[in-house]
Amino acid sequence: MSEAPVAPVRRRGPLVIGAVTLFVAMLVGLTLGPAGLDPGKVLASLVDLLPGVDTGGGLDGTGHTILFEIRFPRVLLGALVGATLALAGSAYQGIFRNPLADPYLLGVAAGAGLGATFAFAARLDHVWVAPLAFVGGLVAVGATYLLGRSVGGRTTTSLILAGVAVAAFATAVQTFLLQRRFEVLKEVYSWLLGRLTTVGWTEVLTLIPYAVVAGAVVIGSGRLLDVLRLGDEEAASLGVRVDRVRLLVVLAATLATAAAVSVSGLIGFVGIIVPHTVRLVFGWSYRVIVPLSALFGAGFLVVADLMARTLMSPAELPIGVVTAFLGAPFFVLVLRTMGRTT
Amino acid sequence: MIRWEQVEVAYNGRRVLGPVTVEAGDGEWLGLIGPNGAGKSTMLKSAVGLVEHRGTVKVRNGNRRPGLDIAWMSQRPAMPENMTVSEYVMLGRSPHIGYLSSEGPRDRAVVADALERLALTDLAGRTLSTLSGGEAQRAVLARAVAQEAPVLLLDEPTASLDLGHAVEVLEVVEDLRRDGGLTVVTAIHDLTLAARFCDRLVLVSGGEVVAEGPVGSVLTETVLQPHYGGAVSVVEGPDGPAVLPRRIGS
Repeated sequence: MSEAPVAPVRRRGPLVIGAVTLFVAMLVGLTLGPAGLDPGKVLASLVDLLPGVDTGGGLDGTGHTILFEIRFPRVLLGALVGATLALAGSAYQGIFRNPLADPYLLGVAAGAGLGATFAFAARLDHVWVAPLAFVGGLVAVGATYLLGRSVGGRTTTSLILAGVAVAAFATAVQTFLLQRRFEVLKEVYSWLLGRLTTVGWTEVLTLIPYAVVAGAVVIGSGRLLDVLRLGDEEAASLGVRVDRVRLLVVLAATLATAAAVSVSGLIGFVGIIVPHTVRLVFGWSYRVIVPLSALFGAGFLVVADLMARTLMSPAELPIGVVTAFLGAPFFVLVLRTMGRTT
Repeated sequence: MIRWEQVEVAYNGRRVLGPVTVEAGDGEWLGLIGPNGAGKSTMLKSAVGLVEHRGTVKVRNGNRRPGLDIAWMSQRPAMPENMTVSEYVMLGRSPHIGYLSSEGPRDRAVVADALERLALTDLAGRTLSTLSGGEAQRAVLARAVAQEAPVLLLDEPTASLDLGHAVEVLEVVEDLRRDGGLTVVTAIHDLTLAARFCDRLVLVSGGEVVAEGPVGSVLTETVLQPHYGGAVSVVEGPDGPAVLPRRIGS
């Protein structure tokens, strides 16, 4: 080995790869659809957004409207949701030192599902679905946290088990509601499978602050997540305030997950396979895994959404179906190629 | 210098340690001996704040800062998969790095020095899972050295090693102590090894300090037997006292 014995963690190369992948995915996502847009013109229109720049080659009329009112918000929402779920997944895997941890681990999915089901079953206006899903997700995780602490003190195992109990309970209530209100089953089912439909920029603007804060907190905690690989006691002996870091990271990741779920429904698989794939390819350090998961999660969901809306056009596939359909074989391929598990 | 002052630990209302007052001076190697469950590990953990306790632990007369003042080596250190030796040793710099910062040139220099001192430079790029037991223990020590703390606490550093490797590891600790002026406190089961390396011994039993002093005054049958079920005999070996097992019959 020619490198110095103590080399700094290499991040730049992988981050550039991730950023380029995301950029290409977004450009393709903006270009393809029922109305094909010229990639060069799409690019020119985007460059025109910069203050004081006018390439003269951008889209006009319908093309411009399609790009900025329909496709751009949707692609950006896909990127934000994908980045949030993958980032939260990597954070959970680091905090719980559990390869099966995903952002729904502590009951956020079941809680959000219950909240949304309630909105549908109570025949509330559809604007209530997202806020109730958000609140449901947070209440469920709050219950998990309190329950986990009350039975098991500080161990993460008790927290995970409490999450299982809370999720089962929320799902039971949800099933009961659905059974009483059979007629909303289809709406609820479609919500649960996840989709990235947008009404202008509303969903994007809702999600941005959560995604940015969670990104800053979790990426900023990357080095401490590395130290936590030694276990709680050894990390604490190295001056890490384990409980505080865990609470901060889980809180940030959970808030962002709840916000993502509330606008997009339950999109599975992104939060678990993207961080694992990144880990297998780019190494163990959370300083690399966390930001790279966000970039690849964003790119992955943009591509998955592209397939969801084009493969059976004009019908749309549920994006959750696409992520698993694409993700499962891809993940198996990565596992086999790298020849080891984490 | 490290001093436990009236330190008392209780789990669920049951007292498991103390109150004990024990001190190890600058550059001294103190051995904590005693039967299983005596409270040796608990005492070490209390020093780095891993268990709640009453009383105070002071390092050089100031209240201790975990990580900066005291390096603690767990009885069963985690050896994370896929991590290289140098990455692992770098974790020892954690107390010196701010929340949002990363390691700098000085941290890398300290780690390179720690690797050098523990003869690990050639293994720096190897992953932890490929190390032998003795090499792994040296990597853990290197991580502790990288902390640059004046006090080193070792919880059974030789428990999983054969006699040859156990002596090798303890010799390394002795070198670190001599060259770096470290204060070392070791919880150690092997009483003969304790006799060979420690300056002074503290016998802990049932959460209390029951004997304390130079090796020769603690390692006697009269002192030890009540706490080891009578199963020890002490003989004079070529380098000092040696403790042998004794059948107690039925």
